Amino acid sequence: MEKTELYAKLNEVFHDVFDDEEIVVTPELTADDVAGWDSLKHIRLLLTLERTFKIKFSASEVNKLENVSELAGLIQRKL
Amino acid sequence: MGYNAANFDAMVLGFGMSRELFESLSWLPRPPLDFSHRCRLALDLSTDLGKRLQSLAGYALDENQLNRIAKVFAKARENGCSPAPLVPFRLGVLSNSTTDFIVPALIATAARHGVALECIGSDYGQVVQEALSPDSAVNRQKPDAVLIAVDYRGYPLNCAIGDAEAARATLEAALGQLQMIRSGIRTNGNAICIVQNLAPPVECLFGSLDKVVPGSLRGVIEELNRSIAESIRGTPDVLLDVAGLAATVGLAEWHSPEQWNMAKLPFSSTYLPLYADHVARTIAALRGKSRRCLIMDLDNTLWGGVIGDDGLEGIQLAQGDAAGEAYLSVQRYALALRERGVVLAVSSKNNDEVARSPFRKHPEMLLREEHIAVLQANWNDKATNIKAIAEELALGLDAMVFLDDNPVERGIVREFLPQVAVPELPADPALFVRTLSAAGYFEAVAFSNEDMRRAEVYQDNARRVALEKQFGDVDAYLASLQMVITFQPFDETGRARISQLINKSNQYNLTTRRYSEAEVAAAEHNPNCFTLQVRLADSFGDNGMISVVICRLTGQGVWEFDTWLMSCRVLGRRVENMVLQEVLSHCKRAGIRKLIGKYFPTERNHLSEVHYQKLGFTQVSREPNGTTVWELDVESAEVENAPMEIHRVGFDVAESAPA
Repeated sequence: MEKTELYAKLNEVFHDVFDDEEIVVTPELTADDVAGWDSLKHIRLLLTLERTFKIKFSASEVNKLENVSELAGLIQRKL
Repeated sequence: MGYNAANFDAMVLGFGMSRELFESLSWLPRPPLDFSHRCRLALDLSTDLGKRLQSLAGYALDENQLNRIAKVFAKARENGCSPAPLVPFRLGVLSNSTTDFIVPALIATAARHGVALECIGSDYGQVVQEALSPDSAVNRQKPDAVLIAVDYRGYPLNCAIGDAEAARATLEAALGQLQMIRSGIRTNGNAICIVQNLAPPVECLFGSLDKVVPGSLRGVIEELNRSIAESIRGTPDVLLDVAGLAATVGLAEWHSPEQWNMAKLPFSSTYLPLYADHVARTIAALRGKSRRCLIMDLDNTLWGGVIGDDGLEGIQLAQGDAAGEAYLSVQRYALALRERGVVLAVSSKNNDEVARSPFRKHPEMLLREEHIAVLQANWNDKATNIKAIAEELALGLDAMVFLDDNPVERGIVREFLPQVAVPELPADPALFVRTLSAAGYFEAVAFSNEDMRRAEVYQDNARRVALEKQFGDVDAYLASLQMVITFQPFDETGRARISQLINKSNQYNLTTRRYSEAEVAAAEHNPNCFTLQVRLADSFGDNGMISVVICRLTGQGVWEFDTWLMSCRVLGRRVENMVLQEVLSHCKRAGIRKLIGKYFPTERNHLSEVHYQKLGFTQVSREPNGTTVWELDVESAEVENAPMEIHRVGFDVAESAPA
């Protein structure tokens, strides 16, 4: 999947999960930048990503993620 | 009514695998594209909050969409908005896993079932303490019921394998723990319990032998589930059959070790909407809000084909025939529902006599008139008829379920009677019963002698009720269907279908003249014939060819309708107006000044009797056998328009009508 297409999809998922259409997903984005991105929302985000991209994350994979760029890379490798 | 948007339906609604039915709640309509916007709007408009939320919750929603509704609910409560007419219900939730995901889904889903749910959560893993302590959060807040959402990980089920005595002791310990929780809730919280049984894990120890050797986890769980069911009987507590739910979608789908490890989710989040619907329908049943009457369409719902056109011998309803078996299974299920106290009724666009004939005469019919409380067969819209049925039975519209294969009829009923439950149906009738059952409209928490007798109370031989005033603005709904009508002269490609319609159509057929394919071909080339094949598409799909017209030049400047027929599936959409407009425009180009129409009555075409009158023709004569002759002056004719886009194909440029 093209990077722009991937980020467009990520944008949709973020809007859906955080119920905020103002969010612009960039590679540098972290949990600190988004209001309400707590541990519960983080799980919801991961579950929604799993359903959207029809992929599975393992606990060890998602524990290490620092920002959206790493998340996008992880998704990209699974597609 | 006989409409089947087969492929389109399957594509749009995402019916494919049967698992999809449960995963996506496919009996519910898909949410609109502006769903989030509507959620925000519901909050801004403080009026009718309860109704708005119920209508938003009525779609097939995923977890994030359910969360959105729960958020609106929470904010509305903060603002002090009343959720009426939703019925309030306070639910305690005790679980050995995290309830953070379950609670918002439950609150949103309860609105779908007419309940304003308030949840009292607890820390996970505190089940016994919460139940036994009189001043625990759950007990203090006096819930109406407490959901005991404990899965197999929350019971002490490990025991020595192969030791029957130890297995029995384990079973008793687990059951004892549950009894302790239940009596704690009853004593301290004065609430009833909704008790979950246990979805067995996927992983085996031996394999098949697990079911034989005492003490295996799967064996113990099986026994425990049986004991739980027995312990419920005769108490005010109710069972939530999670084991059955998990078995239905598949244990390997239900359990997600990854999600348990990551966030202590007791089952795969994919099935959260389904689980929530099962909890919510149980709560609705406790509040007496289960549905009580099943209203069924006839053509292509209870049998295959169209009784008015195909006749008793032509409809599909035979054992040994795949389609026939599918419709028989719908009838069998309806009968079984009636046995348990669900009232049956019929709403069909048909002639009354014709609609009743299979009930009276078809040897394979399982349903008979004595099983149907009210049978409404007429040509009025179904919303009006369903309202009349509800009034006749003295049941609320919110007690009604309407089963119809035709998406347009479903849409009209949803539009005008939002209280009526109208399941989306897959294209294949083999899955009708599964879909109806999956929707859980008739969920009950008890089964009494009264229920068993109810069917007889309502048994009164398919009575017919008079209709009051026609319902609101059906036209506005039809306009929203984005209908596209296509006019085309007869041609080689259409010939087989034209001939089929000419030889099959009985009901909306003015002259019932039958022509062979060769005769149809001859009409194509006859300079004294003007022909039309008409197709109609709408937002639900392509209806295919739905009308055929042959006009013959019978005098100087005179065309007579030799043949005019229409498919009943597009009745009430003013297709006939558009066809007449089209014919009139061709008249003008061909120098025709007068149109003649004849109605020849048959056993089956009473429906067409008023056709020419409605279109503004003047009656010229009437014969003793009922034949009527009509005429229309082309120059002064005025035909009411219908909201459709017009396409024309295959007319010569010289004679093509202006758009």
